[in-house]
Amino acid sequence: MQEVGRQIAKFPEGMQKSALLSVLHIAQAHFGHLSEPVMDYVARLLHILPIEVYEVATFYSMYDTVPVGKVKLEVCRTGPCMIEGAEKIVSYIENKLGIKDGETTADGMFTLKTVECLGACGYAPMLQAGEKFHEHLTEAKVDELIEQYRNNPKANYLGL
Amino acid sequence: MDRKLLLEHIGVEGIHTHDVYRKQGGYNAVEKALKSMSPDDIVEEVKKSGLRGRGGAGFPTGMKWSFIAKPEGVPRHFLCNADESEPGTFKDRYLMEKIPHLLIEGMILSSYALGCNQSYIYIRGEYMYVLQILEKAIAEAYANGWLGKNIKGSGFDLELAVSTGAGAYICGEETALIESLEGKRGNPRIKPPFPAVKGLWGRPTVVNNVETIAAVVPIVNEGGDAYAQFGIGRSTGTKLISASGNINKPGVYEINMGITVEEFIYSDTYCGGMKNGKKLKACVPGGSSVPILPHYLVCKTAGGEDRLMSYESLSDGGFATGSMLGSGGFIVYDEDQCIVRNTWNFSRFYHHESCGQCSPCREGTGWMEKVLHRLEYGHGKMEDIDLLWDIQQKIEGNTICPLGDAAAWPVAAAIRHFREEFEWHVNEPKICTTKNYGLVTEKKFEPVNA
Repeated sequence: MQEVGRQIAKFPEGMQKSALLSVLHIAQAHFGHLSEPVMDYVARLLHILPIEVYEVATFYSMYDTVPVGKVKLEVCRTGPCMIEGAEKIVSYIENKLGIKDGETTADGMFTLKTVECLGACGYAPMLQAGEKFHEHLTEAKVDELIEQYRNNPKANYLGL
Repeated sequence: MDRKLLLEHIGVEGIHTHDVYRKQGGYNAVEKALKSMSPDDIVEEVKKSGLRGRGGAGFPTGMKWSFIAKPEGVPRHFLCNADESEPGTFKDRYLMEKIPHLLIEGMILSSYALGCNQSYIYIRGEYMYVLQILEKAIAEAYANGWLGKNIKGSGFDLELAVSTGAGAYICGEETALIESLEGKRGNPRIKPPFPAVKGLWGRPTVVNNVETIAAVVPIVNEGGDAYAQFGIGRSTGTKLISASGNINKPGVYEINMGITVEEFIYSDTYCGGMKNGKKLKACVPGGSSVPILPHYLVCKTAGGEDRLMSYESLSDGGFATGSMLGSGGFIVYDEDQCIVRNTWNFSRFYHHESCGQCSPCREGTGWMEKVLHRLEYGHGKMEDIDLLWDIQQKIEGNTICPLGDAAAWPVAAAIRHFREEFEWHVNEPKICTTKNYGLVTEKKFEPVNA
């Protein structure tokens, strides 16, 4: 709640809607995904209409309006990462976890998603786990990461 | 001149902290500006420097600044565009991560020059860890009196905060960025009115790229004329280049504009040559949006001159035989890469990132992705190549913002220079999914389909 207040305070009085994107990040980290009640709650916090929250939550690719795993593995699939073998990394994770792109493991631990350029082209291939970047991926490194997050799923947050 | 202007102290241990940055001469430009320069003096120096926007468009920064409206009693805002999302580009992230105070110092100088007392850095949501680095640095800057009320007794006030995006390439377009910063969907606005007149919350606003803002620091420290000594012709100063692809040393390099492309790719100072001794097949020199160049137009222009790392030389020959410096996202392809696959990959990107406001872009990017997909997977027909050409032509210039153009250009350039590789995909549907075409034939350029 303190963090929500800090985000709102960045903007002049009456412009609190500007904090919406930041507050949605906080809400998602806290509640896991942005369900309708969560979005309505955010609308009340910012004194805006629920529709103003829905339209933003559905526009930006980082927001999940449906439940996802405790750890989201988002593999960059764009140009330079593709050249360096992103597709192999995706198949490797698919086989290892027994899920396809966009799916969540049965135990609710991991969601796999392919995403567009994350600005790590020189350090490809890469994936983002929650808020953390992991670069220069190899199959061995993926094994390590999955093991690490399985033991401590919270480690994918930086802890704002 | 090999001197670096932005990354000069990048190797100094702890340069991300205020105290080390200060010891290296950091914030000297702010001291100098607040003591001895008027806001207009700074605008004048930036004009003299010839600095051009480093985000991709290359518009003269001093001129952009001079457009800001100054109606009585209306606050103005200065925004930093840190929504770096152009495939191939990762320089702003590097700069913010390694030397965040350089950006903050540039923000103070630029805000002072434009008379803005409340400025924001809009950073893409995925760069959450960079946001933390920036917030820490901003807190240090406040604690040391570089931000806040009456900075160093000058009477100038500045509040600076970071705000975040949430995964939308389009928010790098300045009016979409402003919409997003207002807490809305990132739909670009129709211009005019330009942000300089009506921007954030309807107030006069200037938006500049991270690297552009950082460059204001050496310009104030050493003067616009001294800055203009770097570089070549109208490409003054240094440029950060993000190098990726099939090269030995991917990474971020600060170059003096005017070095040759050949030196940049093959010298050990920069990319260190092609990985595994492979042949160069193609290069996208300025981020995924700019035209791809076939091997024989990378190091030489169509006229046989050395191709230089500069705005002018990279665009020499127009789109027929040239490309653009763009954001400096330099992607190198070797002989094993498939141009059809790469073009399909980029088209999927633009389809994914189209905001959906304008029909030519919303529909056209999806069509291009589908047609390229079937060509890549051996289901294409010869007419598909002309169909692609037709679609990209109908997108370009017909949208509110430049995303439509950015989606059209890579497709057009791929067909222009690599048509034989597209045709091979149609003629060899069985093998095109497992084999690669290799280098395209060098040709005297005659516009295809144009």
